[in-house]
Amino acid sequence: MVVFVLASVILMTVDHRQNHLDGLRSALSVALYPIQFLIDLPATAGSWLQDTFATRRTLQEENARLHAQHLLLEARLLKFEALEAENLRLRELLSSSFKAGDRVLIAELLSVDLDPYQHKVLLNKGERQHVYPGQPLLDAHGVMGQIVEVTPLTATAMLITDPAHALPVQVNRNGLRSIVVGTGSLAELSLPHIPNNADIRAGDLLVTSGLGGRFPPGYPVAEVTAVAVDPSQNFAKVTAQPLSHLDRSREVLLVWPPEPQTPPETAPEAQSAAPAPEANPPTADTAAPSSAAGTQAAPEPAPAAPTAPTPAATENEE
Amino acid sequence: MNTLAQRHGGGIILLTVIAAFMLTTVPLPESLRALRPDWVLLVLIYWSMALPHRVGVGFAWLAGLCNDALTGLLLGQHALAYSIVIYLTLKLHQRLRLYPLWQQAISILVLLGLGQLLLLWINGMIGRPVHAWTYWLPSLLGGLLWPFLFLFLRGLRRGFRVT
Repeated sequence: MVVFVLASVILMTVDHRQNHLDGLRSALSVALYPIQFLIDLPATAGSWLQDTFATRRTLQEENARLHAQHLLLEARLLKFEALEAENLRLRELLSSSFKAGDRVLIAELLSVDLDPYQHKVLLNKGERQHVYPGQPLLDAHGVMGQIVEVTPLTATAMLITDPAHALPVQVNRNGLRSIVVGTGSLAELSLPHIPNNADIRAGDLLVTSGLGGRFPPGYPVAEVTAVAVDPSQNFAKVTAQPLSHLDRSREVLLVWPPEPQTPPETAPEAQSAAPAPEANPPTADTAAPSSAAGTQAAPEPAPAAPTAPTPAATENEE
Repeated sequence: MNTLAQRHGGGIILLTVIAAFMLTTVPLPESLRALRPDWVLLVLIYWSMALPHRVGVGFAWLAGLCNDALTGLLLGQHALAYSIVIYLTLKLHQRLRLYPLWQQAISILVLLGLGQLLLLWINGMIGRPVHAWTYWLPSLLGGLLWPFLFLFLRGLRRGFRVT
């Protein structure tokens, strides 16, 4: 028994401090994947059956609705393309770095429950699809979290509401930078260390600031719900509600943040970035301007504050 | 003692443990997730009580390791907790077997509680403390479910003649 206790303690210490055990964990995960697949099977089978037996009328109605939505989104996208081209021109004028587009991959959550006290979810994409630890995860409404572990067939992601997760954000209205920390509740995030006189109020939109290099800037994260200023305390108590549907989304997006670019080789990029509604958007490619990235209903990157992202060394995750 | 110790039905033991893994990860509504009893530990306790020469600390350690990999926890957490709890069960199994079912359930409750305590300590040490009093409810539920589980698994054991 003592042998086993010692072995456990050694395993735990190594796993906690270093990453040597990732191979073992991957091997175990692959071996146990059939169990997870079996559990997810009823949910997948259910939705497959639902799709197969949908009546023609339901399909027609859904088709019409999607057409209308598509049209609206395309209209918004035109305006977005124009704004983005203008943004690139202005950046060029200021000689600041050129921002390349984001590549995305759609993944699906496996309906498998992990430890109840940690907000983690399991995805059906893994190393084979080039998923890497630290990769940001979004859904259609906002930032969901980041990948923490990758095995050949699956990946585990930590949600932003996990108490061990911190995310650099900025207020969309005035560019005030802060960090948003999970509280353990799916509907609440907290912003620690906001001074009492900071310009932040309920209803403010928080977007990723891009500091730390992990999350691309400009994606919506949360909306501030309450700011409680107490003069006897050092900091104000600010809470926010995540915008993404953390407990309801099943399809999620994995994003590859753009590489930090050196000061721009302006001519070729400026040409390709000119508002070109006639050009066919190329398929998802890291070098393509983001107006042409093949994203589906990606959350509108809100106009970020006009500061070039500095590759700071702050860690996202404690 | 049997000199011709037959080893039947290892598959059944494995099957019940796999079923326990599945029950551990089957999705439950958000409000019920914290109440899920530790199925793997319950099944392991039963088998180590019924067949101590077959299911021992090593088996429990491996099952704990698999549980860690399955639920995305620190590798070795459950392994440690399970090894210690099964070790105690093996020491006490002769006494436990003689108790009436309801008294057994109380002892099982204590054993499960011990397992949860060890996990709580480990979680506290790595910086993930759990402050809810509902943390202990799974042990209570496990204890309450024990009589049914015991009868069910005993039926399986006798039906398939697992030795």
